[in-house]
Amino acid sequence: MAEIPTPYTAAKPALKESVEDLRARIPGWGADLDPADRPSYPREQPGIETGAHWDFPERQPEKWPRERSVEHAFLTPVFGTSTPPKGASGAIRKYAYKYSEGRAAHWLLLVAADRVDATEHHVKSLATLRPDNPVTETGVLSEFSSHGISSRFGQKRADTNHQWIDPIIVAGPWVLAAVGLAAAYRTLRKERTEPDN
Amino acid sequence: MRSMVYRGPYKVRVEEKDIPKIEHPNDAIVRVTRAAICGSDLHLYHGMMPDTRVGMTFGHEFIGVVHEVGSSVQNLAVGDRVMVPFNIYCGSCYFCARGLYSNCHNVNPNATAVGGIYGYSHTCGGYDGGQSEYVRVPFADVGPGLIPDWMDEEDAVLLTDALPTGYFGAQLGDIVQGDTVVVFGAGPVGLFAAKSAWLMGAGRVIVVDHLEYRLEKARTFAHAETYNFAEYDDIVVHLKKATDYLGADVVIDAVGAEADGNFLQHVTSSKLKLQGGSPIALNWAIDSVRKGGTVSVVGAYGPIFSAVKFGDAMNKGLTLRMNQCPVKRQWPRLFEHIRNGYLKPSDIVTHRIPLEHIAEGYHIFSAKLDECIKPLVIPSAA
Repeated sequence: MAEIPTPYTAAKPALKESVEDLRARIPGWGADLDPADRPSYPREQPGIETGAHWDFPERQPEKWPRERSVEHAFLTPVFGTSTPPKGASGAIRKYAYKYSEGRAAHWLLLVAADRVDATEHHVKSLATLRPDNPVTETGVLSEFSSHGISSRFGQKRADTNHQWIDPIIVAGPWVLAAVGLAAAYRTLRKERTEPDN
Repeated sequence: MRSMVYRGPYKVRVEEKDIPKIEHPNDAIVRVTRAAICGSDLHLYHGMMPDTRVGMTFGHEFIGVVHEVGSSVQNLAVGDRVMVPFNIYCGSCYFCARGLYSNCHNVNPNATAVGGIYGYSHTCGGYDGGQSEYVRVPFADVGPGLIPDWMDEEDAVLLTDALPTGYFGAQLGDIVQGDTVVVFGAGPVGLFAAKSAWLMGAGRVIVVDHLEYRLEKARTFAHAETYNFAEYDDIVVHLKKATDYLGADVVIDAVGAEADGNFLQHVTSSKLKLQGGSPIALNWAIDSVRKGGTVSVVGAYGPIFSAVKFGDAMNKGLTLRMNQCPVKRQWPRLFEHIRNGYLKPSDIVTHRIPLEHIAEGYHIFSAKLDECIKPLVIPSAA
């Protein structure tokens, strides 16, 4: 009868390598065998010296109505001040914060606001001296300097089956916007040139 | 100052921004000397993390020199060389007081489920990050630490997230002597998790990925046995066979939200943003660990639901352990391991990218070109 695999009987499988061999092969093998030597152990340790010299931190000034989770009792004493909400995306974000973190609506609205935000900024950038440049901002030119072809092909990579979607995500909205604008222009032009019946 | 700025999915550029100001008496402003791009920055870059705003500067792995301090700062002075954990934390709330620094309740108004993280969307507090010449560092008396004189700068920057997180992943597995440990993901965190598993007495360490050059690194740097899941029809069955049908004692998910290996899972999460993350590695972990075993999760996932095979986890009696790493608690022991020569974190650095070329850096890292494992960012003023 063939040997019975491990889980069908009680014995633990033998080590593939002896402790001595492991110690010789791996620098530091077993240095933290004792859990007490591992950091963050036990997970919760009341009384740790953190460097804080306050019971509750002084409050950072709130320079605009800072959006916050409804699961917080109040605005946290310290918070980030990057990129305050603005425009349509800002309005969607503020609305999203009416829902708790437990609600899908909260997160899905925030994701939708992110897409609106990107569109708003792309459009606004066209009116500046530095419009968005999909070539430089995607870093796609590094495909030529960093072995774009040999890094992908002839390798056993699992991600090449979906990388074709990336250019569609980046360029798709621009193409759709251009097609839409062209269609609108043609329609308007047609209306102007064709006399009313 | 020059800063990396997010312009929408797959697009970043460098812009001129104002040097950040002290906004709280315990703030410091740090001039960044080295930063890194983290695999989790790619989730932001791909537009997966809710409330990632155009104009934000990413970067939660950085070191630098103190440029200015607020009026209540006692532990740092202008000119100090500091390494800054990716966690922003107050040191005094219910969670910080117990050592759960990554779960601080006083720094992130936008969400209660996650603490504060530099440059990691408004869902993580809305702080600009360190892929910039200067960065605001809140709670300067709590988070940052002085870089020891003997420490290499590149080792220091990897101690702000990647190494502590990898070690933490192994630690969450509660490894005992002789355990078989499987690590999904041979990126920086997975490599460090595999290396750390040996320190905790693992008897066998297996690393699974689909990028051959990273598996090669897992063999040489982390002394691990490796499998390329793209070569197997079903990696779970292969791992069962490789462990005599028992399964691994501990499995570590060091991949997170953009796992590959299942087209539908990947596309619905990474491309269509309908899931908080693609739980392929997590599901493989649940299926390939033995009954009664432990799954440790240090791969990052977003807050939206993901299609996780929870029934199998329940029926197998698994212990699921996870958290963002409380970086500063890991430091003293990791410093010892570096000094003893057991760990050399900078061995995994493959690219050093000037801040002005950060768009190329993101693309190379995201598309896994040029055998990229860990890109560092060198600010113009460094």
